[in-house]
Amino acid sequence: MPDALLLHMKVNGEDVEVAAPPHFTLLEVLRYKLDLIGSKQGCDKGDCGACTVQLDGTARLSCLTLAAQADGRKVRTVEGMTAAHLHPLQDCMDKQVAAQCGFCTPGILMAAEAYLTKQARAVSRDEVAEAMAGNLCRCTGYVKIVDAIVEASEIMAAKEQG
Amino acid sequence: MGHASNSSEEAKAKGSVGKGLARVDGAAKVRGTARYVDDLKFPGMHHGLTKRSEVPHGILRGIHKREGFDWSQVVVVTAEDIPGRNTILLIEEDQPALVAIGAHVRHVDEAIALIAAPTRALAREAHGFLDLEIEEIPAVFDCEEALSAEVNVYGDDNILKTYLIEKGDADIEEKLASCDHVVEGLYRTQAQEQMYIEPQGMIASWGEDGVCHIIGSMQCPFYIQKAMRALLALDDDNLVVEQAVTGGGFGGKEEYPSMIAGHAALLARKAGVPVKLIYERDEDIAATTKRHPSVVRHRLGFDADGTIRAIDVDVIFDGGAYLTLTQVVLSRGVLHAAGPYKCENTRVRGRAVATNTPPHGAFRGFGAPQTTFAYERQTQKAAALLGMSPFEFREHNMLRDGDRTATSQLLEGSVGSEDVLRAVKEVAEANPLPKDDPATSIRHGRGVAFYFHGAGFTGSGEARLAGRATVALAEDGHFEVRSSSTDIGQGVQTMFTQIAATGLGVEPDAVRVPTPATDRVPDSGPTVASRTCMVVGRVVGQASVALKNRIESWASENGFGDMPLRQAATAMAKVEGEISETVQYAPPPGIVWDDETYTGSAYPCYGWAACVIDVRVDTDTYEVAIDRCVHAVDVGKAINPVVVKGQIEGGTLQSLGWALWEDVIYKNGKVANDRMTNCIVPTFSDAPEMHTIIVEEPFANGPYGAKGVGEIPMDGPCAAAAGAVEHALSTLVSSEGFDALPVSPEAIQRAMRLDS
Ligand code: FES
Ligand code: FES
Repeated sequence: MPDALLLHMKVNGEDVEVAAPPHFTLLEVLRYKLDLIGSKQGCDKGDCGACTVQLDGTARLSCLTLAAQADGRKVRTVEGMTAAHLHPLQDCMDKQVAAQCGFCTPGILMAAEAYLTKQARAVSRDEVAEAMAGNLCRCTGYVKIVDAIVEASEIMAAKEQG
Repeated sequence: MGHASNSSEEAKAKGSVGKGLARVDGAAKVRGTARYVDDLKFPGMHHGLTKRSEVPHGILRGIHKREGFDWSQVVVVTAEDIPGRNTILLIEEDQPALVAIGAHVRHVDEAIALIAAPTRALAREAHGFLDLEIEEIPAVFDCEEALSAEVNVYGDDNILKTYLIEKGDADIEEKLASCDHVVEGLYRTQAQEQMYIEPQGMIASWGEDGVCHIIGSMQCPFYIQKAMRALLALDDDNLVVEQAVTGGGFGGKEEYPSMIAGHAALLARKAGVPVKLIYERDEDIAATTKRHPSVVRHRLGFDADGTIRAIDVDVIFDGGAYLTLTQVVLSRGVLHAAGPYKCENTRVRGRAVATNTPPHGAFRGFGAPQTTFAYERQTQKAAALLGMSPFEFREHNMLRDGDRTATSQLLEGSVGSEDVLRAVKEVAEANPLPKDDPATSIRHGRGVAFYFHGAGFTGSGEARLAGRATVALAEDGHFEVRSSSTDIGQGVQTMFTQIAATGLGVEPDAVRVPTPATDRVPDSGPTVASRTCMVVGRVVGQASVALKNRIESWASENGFGDMPLRQAATAMAKVEGEISETVQYAPPPGIVWDDETYTGSAYPCYGWAACVIDVRVDTDTYEVAIDRCVHAVDVGKAINPVVVKGQIEGGTLQSLGWALWEDVIYKNGKVANDRMTNCIVPTFSDAPEMHTIIVEEPFANGPYGAKGVGEIPMDGPCAAAAGAVEHALSTLVSSEGFDALPVSPEAIQRAMRLDS
C-alpha cells in the first residue's frame, strides 16, 4: 500500500492536488491537509452531520467518505458558500439567530443548500424537518434553523424566477 | 451638529437593549471561520490520548509498557509526573488527576496514564501497548444500594452530602395525617448527556518563560485556573487559561474541562511541545459528567378545596464516584423541591450518594429538573383527584408577590407567576385538544407544568464570589467589555454588547467583547447558574455608565462638551491612552441566608415559567409526537428577545428529549450507549413548533430588569410531557406508568402491558 495517495479534486471551484494517506477521510483531508476548518468533526461516525459537505452537489458526510472517493470530483464546503456576499441561507441563519454555538452550522448549511438547490422552490417547515433529520443541533431546538431555511428557500425561489 | 447627532446616536443606542439584533459572532459562525479548539494548530504540536481504568472499582497495581512498540516515539505521563497536588480541585480534593499506583480506581473511566505523540494514530497505537494491572474489588452502581454501604466508595457511608429544609412548627407526619388527601409518588429520572455538538478539548503549551498557556472549550476559565494552580504548582503569573470559541456546554463544560486542561498541561510539560487533547465522541459521552440520576419520594397533602397544607420530599441523587459539584447540584434540587407553591408545613430531605459510576455533574437546570419533575407530576395527580383543572389547582396554590417560599424567603417584586400561567392557559384554551377517534390507534393528551428557578448563586454565594467586570476604552477608540463570562452559544457576547452600548450611549458596533483569558479579564465568576446576564450583565452596565460619565467629564473639562460621546472617546483615548472602569457586584440589600438551617433568601430572585404540551400517542407503535408546545417564561427583561427565545427553545427541546427519548444506559458502571444516535437526542424531525411567550416582570437589581433565563426552560417541559402522555392514555394505564423517565416507547409498551 502506498504511503500517500495523490488526489485531484475541485474544492470550492479551485483545482487542488493533495497527498494524503490512503485511510484519510475527506474530512481529514479538508481539515488537516487543506486547512479548511469550516467542516466540523462532531462524532467521526456519521451520527451528527457536522461534517456535511457536498460532493458533486450532493450532501455527504465527509467523516464517512474516504478522501480517495472524492478524487476527480467537485467538493464544496462552507468556505465555498461565501463569495462577496453571504449566501441567502447564511444571511437568513445569521439574521434569525439560528447559529448559537455555531458548531453544527457549517454542516447544516451544506445539507440545506444541497436540498434547496435540488428542490428549486419554496419549501415548508415539515419538508425541512424531514430533509434535515441527519443534522443534529443541541442549542436551538431547531426552531430558528427551520425558520431560516424556509425563508432562504423563498428568497432563492424568487431569485430563480426573477 | 454636536448635539443633534449626539442625541440621535443615543436614541439609536437606547434601543439596543430589548432589540432582536443578530449575534455579534453570527457572521463568523455562518461563514465557518470561527475557530474552535480543534481548529487551532501550534508549531510542533503533539496529540494526546488518555488511558482509562476500564475497571469500576479496584486498586491500581501497575502500569506496563508492553514490548513490541518503540516507546521512544511517544511521551507517557503518570501520576508520578505531577508537579503539584494530584487532584482536580473544585470543592474537595477527592478526585485525582491520574490514579497513582497503589491508589483506588473508583469508576471505569478514571484516567490512569496519558500519551502524547506526533500523530493521533501513533498515540492510539501506543495506547494499545500500555497495560494496566488493576486488582478488582466489588463495586456498587445503584444509589439506593450504595446507602447500605456494603461497598465503600466515599467516606464510611457513601453519603456525599445531606440537606434538610423544615418549615412550620408541626410534625410533618401529623400535618399530612390531618389533610383531606395525600398523594404519594415515587419518581425516578435517568442520567442525561449534555451532548454539545463540539466534543471537549484543550491545547496546552509551556513557554520558555515557564508560563503555561491553556486554550480550549470551556465555561469557566477561572475554575481551570484554580485547579491548575494546585495540580501544576504554579502561581497565577505563570498560568494563562483562555477560552476558544466553544461549541455548546449546557453545564458539561463547567467542571470536566479542568481535568482535560490538567492532562494536556502535564503532557505538554513532559513532551516539551504543545499538546492537543480532543476527546473522541464515545470517550466524551462515557467519561464526562452528566445529569444526576435521581430518586424522589414526594408526599403532597391538601384539603378538599384544593389548598396544599403539607409537603414532604425525600431526594436522592446519584453523585457517581467523586464529589465534584454534586453538593451544589443537590442544594439546588432540594431548594426547588417544594415547588412554586404556598405551603406552611414543608420538609425536604436530600442526600447525594456515591457510586462506582463516572461522576455526575452540572447540566442545565442543575438539580431542579429532577425535583420539578416530581412535584409537577404530583400537582397533576392532585388536580385530577379533585377533579380540578390543572390550571385552577395551580392558580389556587401558586406563590405570588408577598408570599414566602419553603425556606421562608419573602418574595418581593419580579414575580411573574400569575402572568406565565395565564399566558399559556389562554393559548391552550383557544386550541382545544382534538377528540380521539376510537377507530384509530391515536390518543391525544395535554400536560401542564408550572415552575420557578432561582437565578444566580445560592444564598450568599454571589456576595462571596464578588464578580467583577471591566469596560475599557481601548486606544483605538473602541469599547471593550472584559469579563470571564464565556459565550458557549447562549449569546453572552451579544447581550453584553447591547448592555454596554446602551450604558455608554453608543451604537453596538462601537463595542467588542473578546473571548476571555485569565490574564486579560477580571474574575466575574463562572458562567453557570443563569447568573451571567443578571449578575455580570449588571456590573457590565454599571461599568459602562461609569466610563461614560468619566469620558463626558473629561470632554467638558477639555472643551469638547458638545462632541458626541464616540468622538470624545476617541479624542480622550489619544491623549490619555486606554482607560477603564471595573465594577464589583453588590448583591441586593436584604439577602439573608442561613447555611446551617437552610432558611432565608435562597436566591436573589426567581424566574417563573409555565408550559402546555400536547401530544399524540400511537397505541400501536407506542410512539409519541409533540403537537403543541406553549411555553411562557418570565425573564425580567429580554435584553435581546430573539436570543432569549432561542435559549428557551433550546432548553425546551432538551427537557422534552429527556422526558421522552434520551437515556444513558450503564452496564457495570460503563456507558453502553456511547454514540450520538443511541443516546437518542432529538433531531429536526422530533422537534415541535414552539409557541414561546416572553413575560417581563423586571428585577430591580438586574440590568434593565433582566434576570436569569438559561436554565428555567429545562425544568418543566419534562413533567408536562409525561403528564400529556398520561392524559392521552388515562383510560388505558394507571398514572404510575409515567413516574419514571424517559417515557419512551418501550416504557409505554411496558406500562400498557402491565395494565391490560
Ligand atoms: S462528524 Fe461526520 S457525522 Fe458527525
Ligand atoms: S448551534 Fe450549537 S449545536 Fe447547533
